[in-house]
Amino acid sequence: MAFVQNVPFLCIMVSMVSAVISSMVPARIARWWTVFLSALVAALNVWLLTFLLQTNESYTYMMGHFPAPWGNELRVGILEALMTIVFSITILASALGGMDKQQSQISRPKQNLFSVMLDLILAGMISMLYTNDLFTGYVFIEIMTLASCVLIMARQNGRTMVSATRYMIMSLLGSGLITIAITITYSLTGHLLMENIHESMAALHASGEYEVPITVVVGLFFVGIGIKSALFPFHTWLADAYSYSTPSASSILSSVVSKTYIFLLIKILYRTIGFEIIQENRVLQIMFVFGIVAMMAGSIDAIGSNDLRRMCAFSSVAQIGYIYAGMGLKLEAGFVAALYHMLVHSLAKSSMFIAASALSDVSGDSKRFSDLRGAGYRHKMAGVCFSVSAMSIVGIPPLGGFISKLYFGQAAFAYGGAHQWIMLLALAVSSLLNVLYFMRTVITLYRPPRSDFQLPEHRPSRRADIAMCMMTAANLLAGFLAQPIVDLISRGLAMFV
Amino acid sequence: MTNRNDPPKNRFVGWLMGEENPLDDELELIVSTSQQEGRDVLSLEEAERQEEAEELRREKLAIDEKSQSVRIHSWAKHQGAHWLETLYRIAAVVLCGAIIFFLMTTVVALPPFGAENNPYNNEVSQRYIEQGIPETGAVNFVAGMILDYRAFDTFGESTVLFVASCGVIFLLKLNDHSSGKPSRAMLEAEYDDRHHEPKNDGILQFAAKLLTPVILLFGFYIVLNGHLSPGGGFSGGAVMGAGLILYLTAFGFEDTRRFFTYKMTRWISCLPLLCYAGMKSYSFFTGANHIPGGVPLGTPGAILSSGFILPLNICVGFIVMCTMYTFYALFRKGGM
Repeated sequence: MAFVQNVPFLCIMVSMVSAVISSMVPARIARWWTVFLSALVAALNVWLLTFLLQTNESYTYMMGHFPAPWGNELRVGILEALMTIVFSITILASALGGMDKQQSQISRPKQNLFSVMLDLILAGMISMLYTNDLFTGYVFIEIMTLASCVLIMARQNGRTMVSATRYMIMSLLGSGLITIAITITYSLTGHLLMENIHESMAALHASGEYEVPITVVVGLFFVGIGIKSALFPFHTWLADAYSYSTPSASSILSSVVSKTYIFLLIKILYRTIGFEIIQENRVLQIMFVFGIVAMMAGSIDAIGSNDLRRMCAFSSVAQIGYIYAGMGLKLEAGFVAALYHMLVHSLAKSSMFIAASALSDVSGDSKRFSDLRGAGYRHKMAGVCFSVSAMSIVGIPPLGGFISKLYFGQAAFAYGGAHQWIMLLALAVSSLLNVLYFMRTVITLYRPPRSDFQLPEHRPSRRADIAMCMMTAANLLAGFLAQPIVDLISRGLAMFV
Repeated sequence: MTNRNDPPKNRFVGWLMGEENPLDDELELIVSTSQQEGRDVLSLEEAERQEEAEELRREKLAIDEKSQSVRIHSWAKHQGAHWLETLYRIAAVVLCGAIIFFLMTTVVALPPFGAENNPYNNEVSQRYIEQGIPETGAVNFVAGMILDYRAFDTFGESTVLFVASCGVIFLLKLNDHSSGKPSRAMLEAEYDDRHHEPKNDGILQFAAKLLTPVILLFGFYIVLNGHLSPGGGFSGGAVMGAGLILYLTAFGFEDTRRFFTYKMTRWISCLPLLCYAGMKSYSFFTGANHIPGGVPLGTPGAILSSGFILPLNICVGFIVMCTMYTFYALFRKGGM
């Protein structure tokens, strides 16, 4: 066994140990350690990815002295490594970009606990991406839920308290549904390991037994994870949580936490229950419908909001809708498009949230559009980064958002029938709505300020500038390198089964 | 071209340009936070006076808000709310009924409970039962399962406890003032605690004096015998935590602080987690790379047996104890 194969295990253990140590060290060290840690994880996973590309096969990693159905196991493939790289870069940028804000917005003795939560989110993300065991996935869902709650309420004001409570209730409901689903799966198959569940499920499917429980299991997993990743009817906790919390929290929640849950859902649907069973299942039709409705409703809410970060939050709802609608097409192409969209959106949203906070800094700490007039001139870098990310989400050609919309369209054409037209129409209308609210924002940013406006005192944050430039560059790169990335995703998905 | 500072006539153009909708200000109350700053440094009387002024301001604001909301929401408050409430109740009943129906259908369709040929009576549980003692050295199968076969999950679970206690600290811990003196909130919490909690209750103190050592000892016994008899770190830790809480309830914070401070709690919950991570990293690494672990299992049934399970149980026990105690102390007073 090559040493590089230990990378997932090392990343998980190192980030969990650093979380524990961070709670005992001064906040400054903890903050920088998080940045260093996520860079380290990204670098190690690049190494792992090159190894996987050479061998071109996935492998399993025993966590302990006992083989898989008895002990715990990780499973390492191209797709998991790619996702880990992108998400850890996103965490790196969010931790770096929000660093100055953390210092001013979180009470001083508690700042190191914030870094603890970031480290734990990193650990949870890696474990959830690499795990080959449903129950391990559940344990790390728990860790992530609690850590995200703390992230939301880290900046303590009334709004974040209310939204953290809301998030807690909704999220625990989701965890409950996922537990029920895991329990039913276990009593049907007698396994918690994904491959063994898949075998038993295929046997059950062939014999036609337990049709109702299997459908219910798919439904429970879908609703449970839908709640956690803020799919449309379950998104009520999201707006306040994203717009009032500290910027690194909102950026990580929107671009890493919700996406990791969706990746786990893909793993469950595609690998655990099995693609063949899924294709005959009606639950994915519901997923498609929810996705389409989310694409519309999120955009309409975004148009209606008068607050920059709230608008970004609702735009996330719409983008999550794209991902679910793509998965609901029940085609491999749909899953590829959804995965690519996850990557692109995660890059764009994180830079957008950091830029938004920089823009409101130069506008008297206000997020309202009327105060943001001319903010693009006052903070040129943030204006440019915000505009580029907005263009990417809207889908302007060389950027990533365009490519993912193209793939969604192609998947819809491959599916044919009524779905094709619904999906294409929804893509067109939703893109138009996206254009509407982002155009409004960009126009506002570059309008001359009000005559009575005075530049408030503010401290420019060099770290935020670096972070958002990094993410914007990554976003451009994801657009230009779209073909290789999509090839990687397809190869990873082929390894999945 | 008109003066660019004039509001555009067209509503759509106005919205596109980021103009303010006149209704927005009425709907969203913007509370300034500037009044909150510097509260901590004031003396109690001064702060009280300020608070009264603040309360007056709030009352005035509340009256304003009320008249506005009556104006805006009169229809919605009465007929609309009534309709919505009825609709909401009907929808809730229907939804709950549907969920219960579907879950019951599923439960009925599942394999019967405890039947011999159920899917979960397979090679997995068979090996746990038949090979458990020779492979892990633990007479208690459950301990062998959670701390050896599936130790990674249990590490995750212990971390859940750690996150939970960190979260509660984040939310409830009251901080010293930056000058090192206790802040006003802390003084208030101290006063509340003295006022509301039992103080010098003879019966309670006598019982606690007798019971606390026994409870702590029993908890530690459960932890130490985790690999031999039912119990283990989680249940033993809960018992030890309960003993500490009993002592705290009887004698208050001042007495408890003599042997169990906040700093100590943090150390006792972090160090065992690190030890757990260290031991298990070793066995994960050796296991995955097919290197023999070299941890002697001992004779099953002896107290010093079953490799890492005994120290892991002790670690988990301490983590659970500290988490329980942290929860209680912070919910009661916001500190220790």
